[in-house]
Order: sequence, then structure tokens, then C-alpha cells
Amino acid sequence: MKKNTWINIGFQAGALVLALLLTTLLLVAAGAPPFKAYASIVSGAFGKVGNVENILITWSPLLLTTAGVLITFAAGLWNIGIEGQMAVGAIFTTGMLRMLQHSSMSPALIIILGILAGILGGAIWAVLAGLLKIFGGVNEIFGGLGLNFVATALTIYLVFGPWKRPGVGSMSGTQPFDQKLWLPSLPHTELSLWALGLSLLVIVIVYFLLRGTHFGLRLKAVGKNPKAALLMGIPTWQYSIFAFLLCGAFAGLAGAIQVVSVYHRLLPNISNGYGFLGLLVAMLINYQAIWAAPIAFFFAAVNIGSVQLQIIYKLDSSFAGVLQDLLVLLVLLGEGARQRFLRKN
Amino acid sequence: METNTILIGLAGVLAAAAPVLFAVLGETITERAGIINLSMNGSILLAAMGGFAVAYRTQSLVLGFLAGMLIGMLVAFIVAFSSITLHQSQVAVGFVLALAGRDLAYFLGVPYMNTPGPVLKILPIPLLKNIPILGPLFFQQNLMTYLSYILIILIWLYIFRTRPGLMLRGIGERPAAAYVRGANVNRLRYLYTILGGALIGLAGPAFTLNVKAGWMGTQTGLDGIGWIALSITIFGGWNPFRAAFGAYLFSFLQWLGLILQSKLPGIPTQVLQVAPFPLMILTLLLVNISDAEWVQRMLASLPEGTRRVVARLLRALRASPPASLGVPFESE
Repeated sequence: MKKNTWINIGFQAGALVLALLLTTLLLVAAGAPPFKAYASIVSGAFGKVGNVENILITWSPLLLTTAGVLITFAAGLWNIGIEGQMAVGAIFTTGMLRMLQHSSMSPALIIILGILAGILGGAIWAVLAGLLKIFGGVNEIFGGLGLNFVATALTIYLVFGPWKRPGVGSMSGTQPFDQKLWLPSLPHTELSLWALGLSLLVIVIVYFLLRGTHFGLRLKAVGKNPKAALLMGIPTWQYSIFAFLLCGAFAGLAGAIQVVSVYHRLLPNISNGYGFLGLLVAMLINYQAIWAAPIAFFFAAVNIGSVQLQIIYKLDSSFAGVLQDLLVLLVLLGEGARQRFLRKN
Repeated sequence: METNTILIGLAGVLAAAAPVLFAVLGETITERAGIINLSMNGSILLAAMGGFAVAYRTQSLVLGFLAGMLIGMLVAFIVAFSSITLHQSQVAVGFVLALAGRDLAYFLGVPYMNTPGPVLKILPIPLLKNIPILGPLFFQQNLMTYLSYILIILIWLYIFRTRPGLMLRGIGERPAAAYVRGANVNRLRYLYTILGGALIGLAGPAFTLNVKAGWMGTQTGLDGIGWIALSITIFGGWNPFRAAFGAYLFSFLQWLGLILQSKLPGIPTQVLQVAPFPLMILTLLLVNISDAEWVQRMLASLPEGTRRVVARLLRALRASPPASLGVPFESE
């Protein structure tokens, strides 16, 4: 037992070292001094208070999407449609705010209704993927991908069509909302403690839901072996749909937050890859909710820190993605190698 | 004049479908062997950038296409290795590779952005090019388009009319039975995944050296094409001819979007560009729906005459995946 612990740590450390080695080689290949580049990522992430605030702004939607896919993964589902769910959430929020912005309702109430609409929108889009899977026989990966495209088309249509800025529609999005419809944030930043608090609350709820409740246990049973779960009397398809619904609701909330607290308008690419990044985080932490918050924070820090690379070394900002992807890839491969090693010995 | 314009447009549809076709045919072979290569979107983008970069540096189109294929093979090898040898989830590894390939392409492609490179030229086929209508449509194309026609037929013949093709279907449907008959299931799965990867990789330079010449980073407009090719593979029911129909339909709808754009000024351009996707979902639904339990129950309750018609219609649309798609095989 003791020996295995060391083997496990060895393989995980090996995967991390290998991932860093690879990204270092890539930096060299791109003509940047690697150690200075890493240092500039760190200073770009933590050098100024404003940068840390940006990390927290990025952390919030990433926490939500990670929390969402932890639920669908527990149910054995690959909710690749999460990007679209986040976008539809943002669309619903924008729609609600547009509808009520000139009414006499109190701004706080409008914001709350907007966020609820976003949650609803995300949930609807996710349940659609679930219905396609269960009643249409369409694998959730393909249905989800298709729905992502539809959500993108819908967003673009709204931004350039019915909701376009007075004059001409543009990629910079719809007309920003009046400041009274912004989620209250810290002074001189888009960082809203409300958004951050909600996101942290969600990840804590998901942690306890999956760990300590009857529901979580049954959900995992559905994910591990649906046939056995059905024989045990668990209504499997209802559980699957509910997993989609919860994940979509969290993704929708993430989309709503982007609208009411970060951009204050609808953008063509409002989901910004947070859904896929959430899937990556969930894989990297081996679906253990306890690690979601720190690893999502780390990913957010890498994203913000890498902005510096673009400014100083003219490198593409996709370096953050490269680092994250290779890390997850090598951890997956390392896990496979570890299992193989243990089987052989 | 009007018919001529349409003819040129349709010839463009055939040419534009070629890269998608390569990817779809590659994925079809891979999935026939029982492996899902979900990395396509990343593979194609990385191969598109890498193929262009090599062709630009060496000024050789051949080396560019070969580089693209090599990149596709390498990514496919990682999928095969992690799933067959390391027993990791094909979907998880494929998904990560789909993102990694894309990010790497954008990261490493910066030096080649917006630089003009070599482009594949049109090569009309003597005699055939003069046939009215068919000539300008099929035979005034470039080599990649011709290759795409040939591959559809060759791969169909291979899968359905040859002994190794039978074995290929066997390792995807019933690997245990194929193993008993002497097939080295896992070695063949490696082989077909890498072979399929070569075709997927070929799709990359077929874009950047041909249909969408040049590398423009995120503006290249290729992000998402791999996911589309994946949907077309399912739509194609793992049959090269049906897959080709899907690829041509997609290409045709995109062209139609461009045409209609001038006729319907009220609709933003970007919407018509993505119009094929909702249609894709609808077809996926039609292709798969006969597998759903409630459809079977509903069918049973229909009156005899109607039932036969509906059942036949559903069967015609239906496409079932290889029975062991995504299922690892252990000989012990």
C-alpha cells in the first residue's frame, strides 16, 4: 500500500514535469526565452491587484461550468453542449433585461429576474440535449455539438439582427445596458462579489451533493451502471435528464453573470470557451469536486497571466490553452501508464 | 450565362467538399475499426497550419500535404495508444487533443500568418473536360478534388468488397469473433486509426493549400470544421457513399447560404453560414430515432398498413454504429 502511494505520486509528478518540459520546448520553438516567459505569466497573474481581480472574474464562470460537468460526469454523461448552454443562458438574460430595462421595476429585481432567466435558458438547452439522447437516440456528444452550433447561430443572429446596436450590428455585441442594470461590483473593476459568492456556493453545493447525499449516490449508480441502477429501482432516465438540467442551470448562470456583471451586453462569443475549459478542469481533477476550486483558480490564473506573453513577446494568447491542454493530456496518459505499471507488477 | 454561373458554383461545391470528405472518410475507417477519434477538430487545424508552414518553407506542395498527413497520423497514434495500450477513455483523450491541436496551431502558426504561400492549381482532364455540363462540373478541378472522388469509391470497395475490409468491419462489430478467426484486433485497430488519421490530416492542407489558401490564425475560419466532419460521419452511417452525400449536402448548403445572402438582405451573413447545423441535428435525430424504445412501441401500436410504411421509412434513414465502437478489446 505504502509502495503504491509513492508510485502514484511518481507518475503524477512525471506527467507534470513532462507537460512543463513540452511547453518549455514550445516556447523555445516560438522564439521566447522560456524562464522569463514563465516569470512574466506569474507576474501577469499576480503582479498587480487588477490582475488578481481579473483572475477572480475568470474564476467565477469556470467554477460554474466545472461544477455543472461534475454532475453530468457523475451521471456518466459527456455534456459537450455546455458551451451552447452558457450562450443560451446569456441570451435569455439579455432578453429579460431588454424587456424590462425601461419598466418602472426596481433595478435589483430586474437583475434577479435576468439571472433567473439565464438559469432557465441554460437548463432548457441542456434538457434538449438530454431529450435528444433519451428519446431520440442521439448521443449527447453529437447532439450537444449540434446544439452548440445552433446557439452560436442564434447569438450571432440576435447581435446582428433584431438586437443590433442602433445603426449597424457589430462583433462588439449589443448596446451595453444602463449602469443601473449592472451587478454591483467592487469600485473600478468588473469583479462582483455577488457573482463570485454564487459560484463558490454552487461548487460547495455540488461537492456535498455528490459526496454525502442519497441523490448523489444514486446519480453515480446511474453513471457507473445504468442497467443495474434501473434494476435497483432508480428511475434512470429521469436522473439523466435531471443531471443535464442541473448542469445547464449552472452553465446558464455562468452566461447570465457574463452579461450582468462582466460585459453588460450580449457578445457573439459570450461563452468564451469556459464550458470546454470546465470539462478540462473536471478531467484534470479526476472528477473529484474537492479539487475543483483550486484547479479552476490555477487555470484562470494561467489565462490572465498569459495575456502578458502576447504583449511582451508577441506570442499568441492561445499559449494558456496549450499549457492547460498538455497538462490534462499528460495527466490522462500518466494515469494510464500508472495503471498499466501496477497491472504488470 | 445563368446556367454557367450555377455550374461554376456547383463545381465550387464539389471542390470545397473535398477536405471535409477526406476527414469524414478517415473518421469512417477509424470508427469502422471500433475507435472514436474525437480529436478531429484539433488534428485538422494543426495539420492545416503545419502543412501550410512546410509548403511555405520548402515551396513544395507535396511536402506540405505529406506534413499534414503526418500530423494527423501522430495525433491518431496518441488516441490509439492511450485507448488501446493505456486503457484510457477515447472520448476524454480525443477531446483534449481536439483542444490541444487547435491551441497549438494558433500558437505555432503566428510566423506564417497572412503570408501568401503555394496554392494547388487546377488541372483539367483532357477530353473529359470538354463533355458538356459534366466537364466543367467534375473534370476541371484540382488533384485533391479528383482524389476525393476516387477515395469515396476505393474506400467503399475496400470496406464492403474485400477480405481485409470484412475483417475491418469484424473488429468494429464483433472483435472477439474476429480474434477467434485469427485477427490481431488491437494491432489492426492501431493500423486503421493511424490510417484514418492520415486522411484526417490530409484535410488540413487541403484547406490551407487549396480551398481556403493561407494561414490566418483564428481568422482562417476552420475552427469547428472537425466537429462538423464528426457529425457528417454519423449522418453518413459509416458508409463512404452516404458520407459523401452528407459532405456534399453540407458544402451545397453553405454555397446556397452565400447565394441567398444577396437575395435576402434582412438576414445577417453569419446566420446563413451556420444554417446547415440545425439541419445536421435534425438529420442526426432522424438517423437515430428508430433506436429509441418509444418509437418501437409506437410502431407496434400503429395499424398494419401505416406501420409498414413508417417502419420502412425509418429503416431507410437508420444508421447503426459499429457494435463495438468505443469499446476496448482484451484478448485475455
